[in-house]
Amino acid sequence: MTNETEQPLLRAVGVSHWYGGTLGCRDVNFELHPGEVLGIVGESGSGKSTLLACLSARLQPTAGQVLYRTRYQGTVDIYGLSEAERRLLMRTDWGIVHQNPRDGLRLAVSAGGNVGERLMAVGARHYGRIRETANAWLERVEIDAGRIDDRPDTFSGGMQQRLQIARNLVTQPRLVFMDEPTGGLDVSVQARLLDLLRGLVADLGLAAVVVTHDLAVTRLLAHRLMVMRRGEVVESGLTDQVLDDPQHPYTQLLVSSVLQP
Amino acid sequence: MEGVERKTAEAPLEGYNFAYLDEQTKRMIRRAILKAVAIPGHQVPFGGREMPLPYGWGTGGIQVTASLIGPDDVLKVIDQGSDDTTNAVNIRRFFARTTGVDTTERTAEATLIQTRHRIPERPLREDQILVYQVPIPEPLRFMEPRELETRRMHALADYGVMHVKLYEDIARFGRISTAYNYPVLVNGRYVMAPSPIPKFDNPKMDRMPALQLFGAGREKRIYAVPPYTGVKSLDFEDHPFEVQRWEACCALCGAGDSFLDEVVVDDRGGRMFVCSDSDHCRERRDAGHTGPEPEAVGQVQEI
Repeated sequence: MTNETEQPLLRAVGVSHWYGGTLGCRDVNFELHPGEVLGIVGESGSGKSTLLACLSARLQPTAGQVLYRTRYQGTVDIYGLSEAERRLLMRTDWGIVHQNPRDGLRLAVSAGGNVGERLMAVGARHYGRIRETANAWLERVEIDAGRIDDRPDTFSGGMQQRLQIARNLVTQPRLVFMDEPTGGLDVSVQARLLDLLRGLVADLGLAAVVVTHDLAVTRLLAHRLMVMRRGEVVESGLTDQVLDDPQHPYTQLLVSSVLQP
Repeated sequence: MEGVERKTAEAPLEGYNFAYLDEQTKRMIRRAILKAVAIPGHQVPFGGREMPLPYGWGTGGIQVTASLIGPDDVLKVIDQGSDDTTNAVNIRRFFARTTGVDTTERTAEATLIQTRHRIPERPLREDQILVYQVPIPEPLRFMEPRELETRRMHALADYGVMHVKLYEDIARFGRISTAYNYPVLVNGRYVMAPSPIPKFDNPKMDRMPALQLFGAGREKRIYAVPPYTGVKSLDFEDHPFEVQRWEACCALCGAGDSFLDEVVVDDRGGRMFVCSDSDHCRERRDAGHTGPEPEAVGQVQEI
């Protein structure tokens, strides 16, 4: 009998989604294990965001299954769960980091409140301890702890993004979905954020699915890579392998198009 | 003027059904009430009718009262604790004219009490019903504006955002700043807006022997707390729920444990504190209690 922890954490089986007659993504298959980061790259309109939405329980695919290994209930089809169970999963076991921090934060609520919200949603009722936890996480994502009572709309883009990450990680999820986490940030801020993410992935043993169009991000962050074009996965494999030795013409085009300063 | 004892009304007006609403409407509202009682704290939509006064004037409470009132009832109507404000007088007269039932200002004598923004100080009994007028029935409204989303949050008991609001208060002001319409957890399941009663009154709701019904006319919702149901005000373990306190006592009757109104008496900053519940104050004065300014009774009534 195979060891439970050798089972993949997330499995996509034939995930496909059509928006009416228009293809979103087709027949995506992969396995993700704890501690692994999967990068999904492709041009605009390639189906990356659709795929991410299907995987993160925000969009039910027209075909295929998304199987997740829960902490206590074995492997489940996430779309077979009830709405309540799915919400609980999204709040405790998973994190979703949006491209625009405004989609992932409550701008009218202080930084501490943002980080503490998930804890309060699952029943934390001690103000002092919630605040301590929020403080600890702000420090961990390198936000000045003195800004715990400031609203996120007074933060810079990079700080908002880091706050979003803190907000998601506070319940110690095992799987994080990221949609263009460094989009819109300047290069040095990007570098710091990627460093932070790499550190967190290593420390916490997180699994992550990172959607991006920036190959540099995947090279730094992802262990494995899937290249998407027009809704289909055209190539997949280890990041180094795919980027250094691309087989598919589209991947070759992507790699060769990267600007070299 | 002493508190009015039971007052027998004249014969009801011709041409109106008993209590203004037609029987079918009353039946519909009673069905909604039964459903609300079966699910304490859950908001039940109902087909609110056009009433002879606009939204914001107690139409929800009036419809609930109208569907329950019977010829043997004794009705009391209060507004901010007082029987003689314009709203209380008008609503009481509305029911007197359309039903012919006896009305009273004495909490002890009433079987049906309609109230705006206060709970009477005198503990209520099992044979009494308290009907609250509610402006906004949804406790999550100011945190989540979408009705679809708040319904889902109630269905899934997804109330984290409520505690975020309380957290923000403590972070900003050092304490929970909500002073009225303080959210409560009913029967350990639904978060409910108790209507804009002061938080001082929240503890009275817990395990009250009387049936508590809430009517919101504009939003067309009814909800209920059955007798002897647990009602707990939301708080944090290290910032527990606290009621308001005054340094003064009632100037007329000396009560130190009732909700006090601040009354401005002159243009030189003079003020005095008086029981908000006028019947409670009168009862205490009749029993011989006095406060520091007992002769100011007339002055208070003029204002």
